[in-house]
Amino acid sequence: MSKIKVVHYINQFFAGIGGEEFADHKPEIKDGVVGPGMAFAASFGESAEIVSTIICGDSYFNENLEQAKKTILDMLKDIKPDIFIAGPAFNAGRYGVACGTICDAVKQELQIPVLTGMYEENPGAEMFKDKLYIIATKDSAAGMRSAVPPMATLALKLAKGEKIGASKEEGYMPGLTRVNFFEEQRGSKRAVDMLLSKMAGKPFVTEYPMPDFDRVEPNHAIKDMKSVTLAIVTSGGIVPKGNPDRIESSSASKFGEYDITGVDNLTADTFETAHGGYDPVYANTDADRVLPVDVLRDFEREGIIGKLHNKYYATVGNGTSTKNSKNYAAEIAQRLKNDNVQAVILTST
Amino acid sequence: MKLELGYIDIKDIKFSDISKVENGVLHVNAKELEAIVLEDEHLKAVSFDIAKPGESVRITPVKDVIEPRAKVEGVGDMFPGVITKVATVGSGITHVLRGAAVVTVGKIVGFQEGIIDMTGPGADYTPFSKTNNLVVDFTPREGLTAHEHEKAIRFAGLKIAYVLGKLGIDAKPDEVKTYDFPSVMEGIKAYPELPRVGYVLMLQSQGLLHDTYVYGVDMKQSLTTMLSPTEVMDGAILSGNCVSACDKNTTYHHQNNPVIEDLFSEHGKTLNFAAMIITNENVYLADKERSSDWSAKLVDYLGLDGVIISQEGFGNPDTDLIMNCTKIEKTGTHTVIITDEYAGRDGTSQSLADADPLANALVTAGNANELITLPKLDKVIGTLDYTEKIAGGFAGSIDGGGNITVEIQAITGATNELGFSRLSAR
Amino acid sequence: MVKEIERAGIPVVHVCTVTPISMTVGANRIVPAVAIPYPLGNPALSEAEEKELRRKILNTALSALETEIDGQTIFEVK
Repeated sequence: MSKIKVVHYINQFFAGIGGEEFADHKPEIKDGVVGPGMAFAASFGESAEIVSTIICGDSYFNENLEQAKKTILDMLKDIKPDIFIAGPAFNAGRYGVACGTICDAVKQELQIPVLTGMYEENPGAEMFKDKLYIIATKDSAAGMRSAVPPMATLALKLAKGEKIGASKEEGYMPGLTRVNFFEEQRGSKRAVDMLLSKMAGKPFVTEYPMPDFDRVEPNHAIKDMKSVTLAIVTSGGIVPKGNPDRIESSSASKFGEYDITGVDNLTADTFETAHGGYDPVYANTDADRVLPVDVLRDFEREGIIGKLHNKYYATVGNGTSTKNSKNYAAEIAQRLKNDNVQAVILTST
Repeated sequence: MKLELGYIDIKDIKFSDISKVENGVLHVNAKELEAIVLEDEHLKAVSFDIAKPGESVRITPVKDVIEPRAKVEGVGDMFPGVITKVATVGSGITHVLRGAAVVTVGKIVGFQEGIIDMTGPGADYTPFSKTNNLVVDFTPREGLTAHEHEKAIRFAGLKIAYVLGKLGIDAKPDEVKTYDFPSVMEGIKAYPELPRVGYVLMLQSQGLLHDTYVYGVDMKQSLTTMLSPTEVMDGAILSGNCVSACDKNTTYHHQNNPVIEDLFSEHGKTLNFAAMIITNENVYLADKERSSDWSAKLVDYLGLDGVIISQEGFGNPDTDLIMNCTKIEKTGTHTVIITDEYAGRDGTSQSLADADPLANALVTAGNANELITLPKLDKVIGTLDYTEKIAGGFAGSIDGGGNITVEIQAITGATNELGFSRLSAR
Repeated sequence: MVKEIERAGIPVVHVCTVTPISMTVGANRIVPAVAIPYPLGNPALSEAEEKELRRKILNTALSALETEIDGQTIFEVK
């Protein structure tokens, strides 16, 4: 059998081009292996070969979705790979979304098997785990060594059209498909063990997570905008210059509450972003681009809204676990309620 | 309530002039059994066959599977309220012909009967590929109503198992296990520090071919109630049930309920097995609400710390399952539910008809829709005439070469929701 | 985040670039933004044009807050 042809997709960072400042890098195709492709090549041995690597900046991809998809699909049409691998993206949000989006497009448009890998809390995982095989990885590139073997193994199976086992056996995220397999213990014993853990408050893993119905009913519309106190909250990490609370640029451990009494306009001298997940230049030049205080002050003066709340709240969404951001948000919501805020604009980058 | 089970291991089964159990071999005089069965005027003819583990034999359409057992000591008799008089069983000594089973087959009366393969890939999915089976094939008299037909076959199977079970009364057990189920007060005094755990057993009760009998009572006419798990070992709960073969509880499953066994094996060590509750799965919403209300009331009243809830069947009973689970969780009692999935042949559909975030601890017995190809076997006991009609079969299930492609739904016991086997899904 | 604020009973509108994520995390009122590094701006425009753009997005956000909805709704900026 001839070698399996693999095309690998990575972002500008893993290609060694650079970080955020190069996130606008347009899709580019190179012959052979680049960056993490080395590890895959080693794992494939003689059975498969990475014939090309496609490199694309995360910002470029996400902001020029249709163009990026089209360019990359065009690149693939001539190559006709047996399998398309993207990432792994670990916990890089935009990279994960890009990996998922391009894999989905390749699968749908070109009917080529696809595989990606990322951390389970990457937003790309939530968006695509019911559509694609996504190997669950650790949350940082330090997990490359453990991510590659299961990805390589599954990639070969997909390329050959072999039967794919259950998520638990293969290491992909549950959500795409349910596959039968034989457990070590019979079901009744697993139920007893699960109940003992649950009663003791110890961790346990359900064998079928309930479909996510965690939706909150929308609140009623604002009837009289002219009389409300409106607050702004952002996950874009806008903080007073110097980042007084030292909010982390990624995996934030806290949120900030800042007074904007008398602030009419955010300037390069007064505010900046603490967010490490996007190019900070634009927000640092004018933070109103993320936290639109200037226009909201105009609205206040013109009587369109009653009042802009004198405090705003900021977190850094980058790499922060959903559990943590949920906790921050609950605390922020409580404070807003205490201050009698009636409406909120939440901005995200 | 204390019951001693003496297990007599049956390693082989053969036809013989004299029915007896000798050196682990079950000898069966078919003529005698035929006479007993044909006492029932509803049945015209009966034939017997034997299927052993590893043989190239396919049994279909299977209705029920029953383990031969007999009361040796204690109140009451096997299958109380149906084959014998009503009396509270579950104490004393019972002998079990372990490794033997009575399998009833015959002209189909519904769409739900199953397949048992004694070898090949299908054998992995059914526990009855590992038992020495006496297969009984019934021919009913013409003109029977469906209800009469079902009842005649159900009773005949139980009678045969009853007669065979009696053969083990004088045999020396290979293993003896004692199951001592304490009263509520005794349990609390004996194990004050252990979590008190209950078992909520949901029973199919949706009408013909979907019914379950408890001491002879049709469960759909009962409110949620309680009994001792040892009573179940003595045949207090019987299947009248041909719901999809994969996830119906045969009488054999009830007799060997694995949740009961596994709770007993932890009893006094990590938990206090404090209560067993049985409830139904009826067809009316009001019944579902009432029965699940009652389950939760009993759990709350008993002050249990946790319960295991096992479902039977699928579809609308998923709602009974979720009602039981959520209502019990809301009393502050932890739950684990055992169910199976209907996620489609490709496994991508939503697995359950109903769901709730409170059902956060679920054990699955697998996706019943997954396809399996069962290669042709040398011998068929029963008939393949109905293979395309049984639940899990479809037009084109049988190819020209005698191979069968079906959903595992069609295999008896494949995704049993008592957690009887190791099949699961992710 | 957005869900917790909604849960607390305060009507909230989510202004963000990657609206599919917003849908997945369960926001109810969603307004698409410009780009990840500048959701409410565009450095390619003049300062006045940029502020006008921001005003347009925020006007859409306010009308989203003033609109009764049944489920998740994306309000396109006009």
